[in-house]
Amino acid sequence: MQHSEQAPSPLALLETMMLIRAYEEALVGIAAGGSAPGTCTSVGQEAAAAGVVRALTPRDRILTNHRSAGHLLARGADPGRMIAEVLGKRTGYCKGKSGSLHISAAELGVVLTSTIVGGELSLAPGVALARTMTPGDDGIVAAFFGDGAACEGVFHESLNLAVVWKLPILYVCENNEWQAFVHRRETMPMAHVRDWAAAHGLVAETVDGNDAEAVHAAAARLAARIRATGEPAFLETLTYRTRGHYEPDDQFYVDPAELAAWQARDPIELLANRLRADGRLDDARLAQIRARVRALIDEAVAFANASPYPDTAELFTDVYA
Amino acid sequence: MPVITVNGTISQAIAEEMRRDPSVLMFGEGVATKRRELVAEFGAARVRNTPLAEGIIAGTAVGAAASGLRPIVDLLFAPFLCFAMDEIVNSAGKLRYMSGGQFKFPLVVLAMSGAGWTVGAQHNHNVEAWFVHSPGLKVVMPSSAADFKGLLKAAIRDDNPVLFFMDLALGYQSGEVPAAEHLVPLGRAATLRAGRDVTLVSYAKTVHYCVAAADTLAGQGISAEVIDLRSLKPLDEAAILASVRRTGRVVVVHEASRLCGVGAEVAALVAEHAFDALQAPVRRLTGPDTPAPSSWPLEQAFVPQADAIVAAARELVGARAYA
Repeated sequence: MQHSEQAPSPLALLETMMLIRAYEEALVGIAAGGSAPGTCTSVGQEAAAAGVVRALTPRDRILTNHRSAGHLLARGADPGRMIAEVLGKRTGYCKGKSGSLHISAAELGVVLTSTIVGGELSLAPGVALARTMTPGDDGIVAAFFGDGAACEGVFHESLNLAVVWKLPILYVCENNEWQAFVHRRETMPMAHVRDWAAAHGLVAETVDGNDAEAVHAAAARLAARIRATGEPAFLETLTYRTRGHYEPDDQFYVDPAELAAWQARDPIELLANRLRADGRLDDARLAQIRARVRALIDEAVAFANASPYPDTAELFTDVYA
Repeated sequence: MPVITVNGTISQAIAEEMRRDPSVLMFGEGVATKRRELVAEFGAARVRNTPLAEGIIAGTAVGAAASGLRPIVDLLFAPFLCFAMDEIVNSAGKLRYMSGGQFKFPLVVLAMSGAGWTVGAQHNHNVEAWFVHSPGLKVVMPSSAADFKGLLKAAIRDDNPVLFFMDLALGYQSGEVPAAEHLVPLGRAATLRAGRDVTLVSYAKTVHYCVAAADTLAGQGISAEVIDLRSLKPLDEAAILASVRRTGRVVVVHEASRLCGVGAEVAALVAEHAFDALQAPVRRLTGPDTPAPSSWPLEQAFVPQADAIVAAARELVGARAYA
């Protein structure tokens, strides 16, 4: 996929979101069969990944977490190598040593993925510091996390250091209302993480996290500001985790009315309907995109299934440099 | 050879490596305040104070190390590492492996511990074995001024995360340090005394008590070999085994507590690989399984002393050889 500071076409945003959805639905199917352990999806949150990642340049770095498939795919990751990684195959991005929860792809600038909630927040300042100390490097760091991570102490340590040291970090909080099995309203006194970020002195915005175009516009604006000032900024995408914490999860703890209300604002439907309403998308075009995405995922699954497992000698490699 | 304090050699090592390699930088609570000569020579960007927040100090070191820098972070007292465990153990120690080798983490974590300042258990807790038990890390704990310098320089040049533990009782002790470039490879023990009858294995301040014990034992006709491990991970297994095969007896001495400590590993190593050479059971002399007390006499009683080492060695040498 292309990365550009130019606004991507809305159709590109739509296709990215559809690819993420198809990828995660494929993984849900594989997980139901018992062979994709630890799968955490971002179904319903795709607009954040598509909108923010497409606002970055190839020089930028991304740190993400256990709900990372969208960020990787939006960055152009090969879904075949991703599924291979989930299945523990040698052809995976991490040679099968990561599994689904912590896929890094340094070649794409997706570095140091951590499944420890808040782990990416602890690592982002160092990645950004290195960029400020490399002459001629104007890359910024985008760190994706959720409202759960914002309740970790290291969230505050990270934002505070980034402000004090002027580190070029775009903090992206995907506030999906769920912290594993606990609703955000049980853990925070206010609805928005932005208030905490603003208290630390960051320029902090919230955006409709299900509107990919709005997310992209906000992320592009904040990224430009970071590049111009060298100072960190904070973007909160207000969204909802429409599937469980991991697969399988029957979501018995979720209020059905709340879930239904958010599903009615599905980010893919939202953008597709908008594009259809103003004549930029028709059924034929949509079917074309759907078929392209389907073929890509089918090919990815086949590649992963056909890939070999690592040799057991791999158990002992990559421990030390 | 110049005689320098341990603290002096640490400063020398850091300055020399920062001079040699522009990717080396240092930060931590009070680093820029206390190391003004480094700020003056290398600038504020490479010598930084931080908030008093060990988690983000360590995490920032890990992120920076993966991105081409070689950070040294001072986390002050070893018990404070509890606030940095995720960053050191889950990130620095694991993310190379978990990423299939995509990243490396050349960083050094400095931390002090040990009896001598009566600072109590939340400043004095020898936690080095925790990190030996965690994959992907290296752990060193030197005893002499020359080794402090040579090991720290080697640690800074190492491409892996190194926990550099400093026995705080040694900071103001002096020793001869080579004036020329001095590097001590990680993973290599030093034989400080050669001997025939018993091997005393130790690291950090109790090495000095072993040397004193060996002197006493020599006066009593017992020839003790003293091995300073220096590195706990990688552990110089060959040096330990070779010595025990010569002497047939071993006393392991450290200030950290006994249960699952480095001494347990040394004892198991000897039992597995040199059992046939043993003429007596392996003995461990360690700190007790208590928090470290503050009161001076209690704090001293916490640490295995030279007279206890002498007694243990005499007991082993007097023991009937196995049939």
